[in-house]
This record gives sequence, C-alpha cells and structure tokens, in this order.
Amino acid sequence: MIKFEKRKSTSKLFKTSAPFLAVLLALITAGFILLFAGVNPIKAYSGMLQESLGSAFGISETLLKSTPLILTGLGVSLAFRMKLWNIGADGQLHIGAIGATWVALYSGLQGVFMLPAMFLASFIMGGLWAGVAGVLKAKIRVNEIIVTLLMNYIAISIVSFLVYGPWKDPNGHNFPLTAQFADFARLTSFFNTRLNTGFLLAIVLVFIMYILMEKTLWGYEIKVIGNNQNAAKYAGIKIDRSIIGVLFLSGALAGVAGFSEVAGVQFRLQEGVSSGYGYTAIIVAWLAGRSAIGVLVVSIIMSIILVGGDSLQILMQLPVAFVNLFQGLILFFILASEFFIANKPVLLRSKQ
Amino acid sequence: MIEILLFATIKAGTPILFATLGAIVMERSGIINLGIEGLMLIGALSGFVTALYTGSLFLAVVVSFFASMAVGSIHGIITVYLRGNQIVSGLSLTMFGIGLTALFGRGMVGKTISGFDKFHIPGLSKIPVIGPALFRHDLLVYLSVLIVVLVSLFFYKTKWGLYLRSVGENPAAADTSGINVLKYRMMAVLVGSGLAGLGGCYLSLAYTPFWMENMSAGRGWIAVALVIFAQWNSTRALAGAYLFGGINALQLRMQAVGTTISPHLLAMLPYIFTIIVLIIATMRLEKGSSPEPESLGLPYDREDRK
Repeated sequence: MIKFEKRKSTSKLFKTSAPFLAVLLALITAGFILLFAGVNPIKAYSGMLQESLGSAFGISETLLKSTPLILTGLGVSLAFRMKLWNIGADGQLHIGAIGATWVALYSGLQGVFMLPAMFLASFIMGGLWAGVAGVLKAKIRVNEIIVTLLMNYIAISIVSFLVYGPWKDPNGHNFPLTAQFADFARLTSFFNTRLNTGFLLAIVLVFIMYILMEKTLWGYEIKVIGNNQNAAKYAGIKIDRSIIGVLFLSGALAGVAGFSEVAGVQFRLQEGVSSGYGYTAIIVAWLAGRSAIGVLVVSIIMSIILVGGDSLQILMQLPVAFVNLFQGLILFFILASEFFIANKPVLLRSKQ
Repeated sequence: MIEILLFATIKAGTPILFATLGAIVMERSGIINLGIEGLMLIGALSGFVTALYTGSLFLAVVVSFFASMAVGSIHGIITVYLRGNQIVSGLSLTMFGIGLTALFGRGMVGKTISGFDKFHIPGLSKIPVIGPALFRHDLLVYLSVLIVVLVSLFFYKTKWGLYLRSVGENPAAADTSGINVLKYRMMAVLVGSGLAGLGGCYLSLAYTPFWMENMSAGRGWIAVALVIFAQWNSTRALAGAYLFGGINALQLRMQAVGTTISPHLLAMLPYIFTIIVLIIATMRLEKGSSPEPESLGLPYDREDRK
C-alpha cells in the first residue's frame, strides 16, 4: 500500500521543474485525447510550434497575443494576492474596449491627446466595472467570484447591443461593427507586423505593478490581508477600502487590455473583442505565483499555445475553443504537482 | 397566455435546477465546484451523441449522467485526495469541459435528433391553466422534481445524509466519530457531477434537441449562484431555478412578440437578475446564522486534526 507523508524539505530542483513537468504531462495527455478525436497529435503540435515560433512573423503574433494576457494576468494576480478572485477580467476587457471606442469615435478629440484619453477611458471603465464587485464584496460580503463572472455575460451583451445598434457603422453594409478608428487613434505597429506599442505598454505596466506589489506599503498591506485578515485588522489596515481598491485596479488593468485590442489590433469595436483572455489570465496568474515578472513569462508561454491553437483552426479545422482543453489540463497537472511537492509517497508493508 | 409563460418558466428552469441540485450535494460535503458549467457541456454532448447513434433517449440520459460523473471525478481526486485548491480545480474543469466538447462535438453541429416528447399526466393535465402549465412536460422535468424530493429526504431522513452534512460542517469531528470523510466527499462530488450532467442533457435532449458549442451559456454559473440563494436546501433550489426560468421565459416571450427593446439587452436580464438575487440572499445570510457548510472550500487533511 502507498501512503503519502509530508516532506520536511523539497529540493529546489524538484520545485522549479515541477511546473514544467506538469505542462509536459498535460501536453502528453492532450495528445492522447487528440488521437482519440481522430487528430494526429504530432502533426498538431508541430503545426502549433511552427505557427507560433517558427518564423519572425509567428513570434510577432505570439508577442501580440501575449499583450492582453499580460494585462489581464496582472489584474488577476493583484487580486489573488488578497485572496480575491477576479474571474471577470474578460468582461472588464470588453468594458475597457467600449470606453476606448467611445473616445475614439465620439469624443471629438484630435491628435496626440487621443491615445492617452482612450487609455484613461478604458482604465477607468474597466476599473469601475470590477469596482462594482469590489463594493459588493467590501460592504455586503457578496461572493466576488460569482459577481465578476456573471458580469462577463452582461459586458459581452453590451458590446453586442452597441455594435448591432447605436454604434453600428452606417457605411458598414449592415455588419455588426463600429466605424474604423482614425489613424491618430491607432497604436503604432512595428515593421510589417501587427505587433504594436500596446506590447510595450504592457511591459511598462509589468514593472509598475512589480514596484507597486513588492516595493510599496500598499503592496505589503495587500499581502498581509491576503495572508491573515485578522492580523491585518489588528495592524489597523482598512480592509474594505483595500478590497475596493484592489478590484478597481485589477479591472482597470483588464480594461487597458481592451484598449490595446481595439487601438492596436482591430481598430474598431466588434463582437469577440476578446477570445477568452480573461479566463486564460487565471491560469497565468496561478502559474506565475502572483508575481508580476512571472506573469510576463507565463503569458508568453500561454500565448504560444493560443497562437498555435488558432492556427489549427485553419490547418486542421479544429474549433478555437479546443485550446481550453490544454488550459484545463495544465491547471489539473499543476494542482496535482503541488501535492507531490508537499508530500512524498511512502511504500508501506502491510502489517499482517 | 399565463399557461404558456408558466410552461416556458419550468422548461427554462429545469436545466438550472438539475445543476443547482448537483452543486448543493457537493457543497454540503464541503466541496465547491466551479466546474458545473463544464460538466453541463459534457452531459449535453454525451447525451446528444448517444441519442443520435442509438436513438434511445433513456440510454442518452444514463450516459450523460455517467460521463459527467467520470469527468467530475477529476475534480474529486484533485480536491479531496490531493487537497488542491477547489476554486482553481473547478475553473480548470470548466475550461476542460468547454475544450473537450468543442473538440468532440465538431462533427455534431447541425445534426438533429427527435428529443423528449411531452408526457401528459393522466387526469392532472386536463385541469385548466395548471394542467397545460405544469403537467404536460417531458419526463426529465418530472425527474428533476423527483430528485428535489430525494435529495431532501436523503439529507434530512437518512443517516448517510446526516453523515454527509457533518463532513461538510466539521470533517475532523466526523472523522473522529468514524466517518470516512474522503470517501463521503468523493461520493458527493461524483453524484453531484452526474446531476450537473443531467442539467446539460436536458438542454440537448429536451430544451433544444441539437448540439451547439458552449450551449450551456453560463447556466452552470447561475446554478453556483443559486446555491447561495437556496441556502443549500433543495426545495429552495426549486424556487430559485423557476424564478430564474421565469425571467428567462419572460425575456424570450418579449423577443417573440417583437418589442422594440434590443434582444441583446433582454439577454442580459437573467444575469442581472441572478446578481440581484445573490445580493439579497447574501444580505439575509449575513444577518442570521449562516446555513453555509462550515468547512466549505477547505481541504481535509487528517494530520492537521487538532
């Protein structure tokens, strides 16, 4: 019989290699599932790698796709530090995109003020959207997981309402799209790729969040609240205010992801402005161990899977949603690996 | 008119009811499962495929129950035996379910089956208004009400139900009195997952007899919210699910009669409504003694027993 015992210490090598091992096992398991679904996994995986890393353009696409993941991942990580679950980054991204689009099309701003104003609008709108869950959590202890999640569906419906209704491009042949943004409302792209300054913005925000979370008093307070609410209370930390503040900033970062999508990639608002980035952000935050720098690294790795998965839609006619399979499996194996990091199997001789 | 609306209310509420019952069974044992949404999809697809190939709706329901149970067991192993984070595991289960059904359902889109027929309960279905509204449904609707009663009886009239509740309230005490905490939790996750799967198969076998990617459309999340509204009680879950069904039916009705309100705005109503219900339910819980299982969301490790 096998029994598990708590490890007294875990070797550093095992601890750091475990997540990679988990990802590898997830890929192998997914491979068998693909095989069972009648898809050649080797062909699928090599296609994914080829598409996401096999060319300069592929790499630019991978970095492009990592942008919304970094931004939403930062937001979710920040909330995680306080043991708050922001599962609504996807909705906040949609609302941020609405804010940026409103400024781009209807504010009448011109020239150099345009992009900063769009940024601010997406930041504030995303923040307020998540702030609703923050206020409800702080004031009446309403479960933030469910509120942020249900608000995703509402945000998505608002985008549909706008692009089918009042914001539909009058010259758009009745397609559910807004008009295209003017040139000064677009982020600059590099060389001949779609990669744009939104990626740099995300990197800058990684460093700002790193300093905020690791080097400031507020960041420290958040950590204390996350570790022990009672201790935080004794220390005189205002927990309610922190909950609202953290969820606001968490949503604001996701909102900025909406800005970078409409201003940097799509140049207009349309349905499906996010392909589930807010959900992937949860994996990113969990894998990154809530660290800002970790978010950057993990986002790029997840982005390889997303870009690769997208390409399989064209190469092998696989539905886009199937990348969720990878994401779910990776998390399963990470969770299992955490158990084996903390416990070791011991063989017991049965006592007869 | 009123009987049409009531009829639609029950139909729209039934998938949510199955899922909410599943969530209650699991949460009573101390395990939160945010994977209900994914399990509903597994139930919907596996039921649909079975009905398509065998033509047997009975078999389809059975398969969807066991398929969801099998996939739900992943959550059980991770949270019960490996003591993993329940929130993350549940979310992974939802992602896994969405991905898996998208992959295996890709050939099923556009195919149709002949779903459940209405079953008129002799006598009762002849009563004016109430008859057509309540007693001319498909068999799954009656099954869901039966399960409400069974779950209630199980929790309050059997010793296993008592044990299961004690496992969710105070696992250390339950363990001391000789109850196998892990086994009870695992069983609860298995049965609860199966019930969530039935909610899914209601969608693809009765509500709309076809398969569509992501057809659960957030119902699994609404179920998780309704558990709080229902205060972990199956009879209240019935009320909650039908309340939700009512909003949904009203919303669809308004679309059907052709209002000038955008269908996208109407589609938000069930979610807004669920949030409002959640706020009210939470405010009520905060006042009195909470019926929330004491150890909900916490892993049980025997060695930590004090």
